[in-house]
Amino acid sequence: MSLSVRLQQQLPGIALDLEFEAPPGVTVLFGRSGAGKTTVINAVAGLLRPQAGRVAVDDWVLFDTDQGSWLPTHRRRLGYIFQEGRLFPHLSVRQNLAYGRWFAPRGAQRESQDRVVEMLGIGHLLNRRPAMLSGGEKQRVAIGRALLAAPRLILADEPLAALDEARKAEILPYFERLRDEVSVPILYVTHSAAEVARLATSVVALQDGKVLRHGPASDVLADPSVAPAGVRAVGAVLQVQVAQHHADGLTELRAGDARLFLPRIPHQVGEHLRIRIPAQEVILSNKPPEGLSALNILSGTVEAVRAGEGPGAIVSVKTPAGVVLARVTRRSVEALGLELGQPCHAVIKTVALAPQDVGGRVAT
Amino acid sequence: MGWLGPAELEALRLSLRVSIWATLVSLPLGIFVAYALARWRFPGRQLLNGLVHLPLILPPVVTGYLLLLTFGIQGPLGRFLAEFGIVVAFRWTGAALAAGIMAFPLMVRAIRLSIEAVDPKLEQAGATLGASRMFVFATVTLPLILPGIIAGAILAFAKAMGEFGATITFVSNIPGQTQTLPSAVYSFLQVPGGEPAALRLVIISVIVAMTALLLSEYVGRRVARRVAGT
Repeated sequence: MSLSVRLQQQLPGIALDLEFEAPPGVTVLFGRSGAGKTTVINAVAGLLRPQAGRVAVDDWVLFDTDQGSWLPTHRRRLGYIFQEGRLFPHLSVRQNLAYGRWFAPRGAQRESQDRVVEMLGIGHLLNRRPAMLSGGEKQRVAIGRALLAAPRLILADEPLAALDEARKAEILPYFERLRDEVSVPILYVTHSAAEVARLATSVVALQDGKVLRHGPASDVLADPSVAPAGVRAVGAVLQVQVAQHHADGLTELRAGDARLFLPRIPHQVGEHLRIRIPAQEVILSNKPPEGLSALNILSGTVEAVRAGEGPGAIVSVKTPAGVVLARVTRRSVEALGLELGQPCHAVIKTVALAPQDVGGRVAT
Repeated sequence: MGWLGPAELEALRLSLRVSIWATLVSLPLGIFVAYALARWRFPGRQLLNGLVHLPLILPPVVTGYLLLLTFGIQGPLGRFLAEFGIVVAFRWTGAALAAGIMAFPLMVRAIRLSIEAVDPKLEQAGATLGASRMFVFATVTLPLILPGIIAGAILAFAKAMGEFGATITFVSNIPGQTQTLPSAVYSFLQVPGGEPAALRLVIISVIVAMTALLLSEYVGRRVARRVAGT
C-alpha cells in the first residue's frame, strides 16, 4: 500500500502547495516548525479541511476536492499517534487499547492484541489508568492503540518530542519494529534529524509549505540544499555492522572497508545498523593528521563542494566507509585548496557519534 | 414526619415532585445546549446564550408572566398543547415548567464549564480511532463531564425547590396543586398564627438544600476521582 498526497492551503504567512508519494515503510515529513508538517498530517487525517487537494491510499480516496469527496476522520481507517499520547484518562490501558477495535470492519486484517502487547512490552500495565503511567509508557500504549484499530495508514505527529532523551531512546526501537513488521504506510512528522536517520525509509523535506527534497534518508540528509530545513540536520548516513565491543568501553563498527569507533552501544556483534554523522562534527585535513585524539580518520577524495549563502560550505568526501559530509567555512575551503578529486582526510570525534544517531536493524 | 401538618406535608411532597421532574426533563436539553455553546460556532450562538441566561437576570415575576402569556390557556403554546389535552396552567406540571426554566441557566453553566474543561484533542483522538461523533460523545465526553452533569443537576434541583416568583405568577398558589414549599411558607405567613407552620417548612427547606449540596459534593468528588483515574 502506498499513500499519495497533493495539497494546497493558504496559511497565515505561508502558502502550502505540495505533492508526494509515500511508499510502505516510514515516510518522514521533515522540516522546521512552521514549515507546514502538522498541516499536512492533519489534512490526511481529516482534522483539517484543505482548500484543494487529493489524498489516497492506493486507489482508496480519502478526499478529492476536485470531485468534492470527503471522508470524515472516523471513516479513514487511521492509526494516529499524537505527540501527547491523548490516552483516554477515564479508561484503563486495556480499554484504551480496545477502543479502536470496536470500529474496525469485521474481517479486517488486524494485529492480535497479545502480539501488540508483547511487542510493546505493556503487559504489566493493562489494568492501570493513564494517570499512573510514565511518559514513555503512555506513548507505547498510544502506539498499541493506534495499531489495534486495524489502520490502513499510520500517522505520527512528533511522537517523541514531549519525551526526554532517555524516554526517546526507549520508544524509538518500537517505531523501528513498527516500520519493519507492519505493512501499511507510516507518515511520521519530526524536526529531529536523528529520528529521520534512524527511521526513515524515505524523507520529504519541507520548507515554507513546499517540498524541498524527497528521497531516501541518506540522500536527503546528505543534500546541502536541505540545510534550510535545519543546518544541524545535514549529515551522512552510513550503513555499518557491529564488529566488536572493546574492553575500554568502545564499540568497533565496520563501515565498508573502514572501521569506526564510538562509545559502547547495546547492539550485538554482527548486527547491521545505520549511523548518522552530523556534518558539523566532521573536520577536514589535506594532510594525514598526526597527534590527534580523534580515533576516526577516514581518508578519501573530495566529491563535491557546495557553498551556501552564509560563510559555510558543505564538502562531500568519498571514503571507503561511504560518503561523509563535513560542514566547514568557505575560508577553509580556500585555505586547504579543497577541489574536486583532491585527496583529503575526514576526522570524526568519537564522542560526536551520539547513541541517538545509531539506528536499530536496517530495513531491507 | 408527625410534626408536619397535612398541608405542610402536601407542600413538601409537591415541591419534591416538581423539582425532580423539572430537573430530569431539562437535563438532556441542558446537556445538549451546554455542548452546543461550548463546542459549536454557529450564527445565533450569542442569542441562544442570552436566552438561556435570561431567567437568571430577569425579575422572576417577569419570567412568570411571560410563561403565563405563552403557556396560559389563551397563550399560543398553551392553546397548541391543549389540543393534545396537555394543560400546564394552574397545574403542578406548570410549576415544574417554571422551576425548570428558572433552574436552566445554572444547570447549563455548570455542564458547559465541565465540557470546556475536556480537551477537544481527546475527542479528535476518538475520531481517528474510528468512532463517530455520537460515539465519541457517549464514550469520551460524557464520562469525563459526569461530575459537571451531577453538579448541574443538583444545583438545578435546589434552585427548583426554592423557586417562588415565577411559579406563583404563572400557576398561582393552589394548595395541593401548585402550592410548593416556598408558596406555602408565604401563605402561612399571611394568616394569623401561621408562623409555627412556616418555621417548620423553613427548617425542612434548609435540610433539603443542605442535603442536596453535600450529596453533590460527595458524588461529584467520587466521580471526578474515578474519571481522573487516580
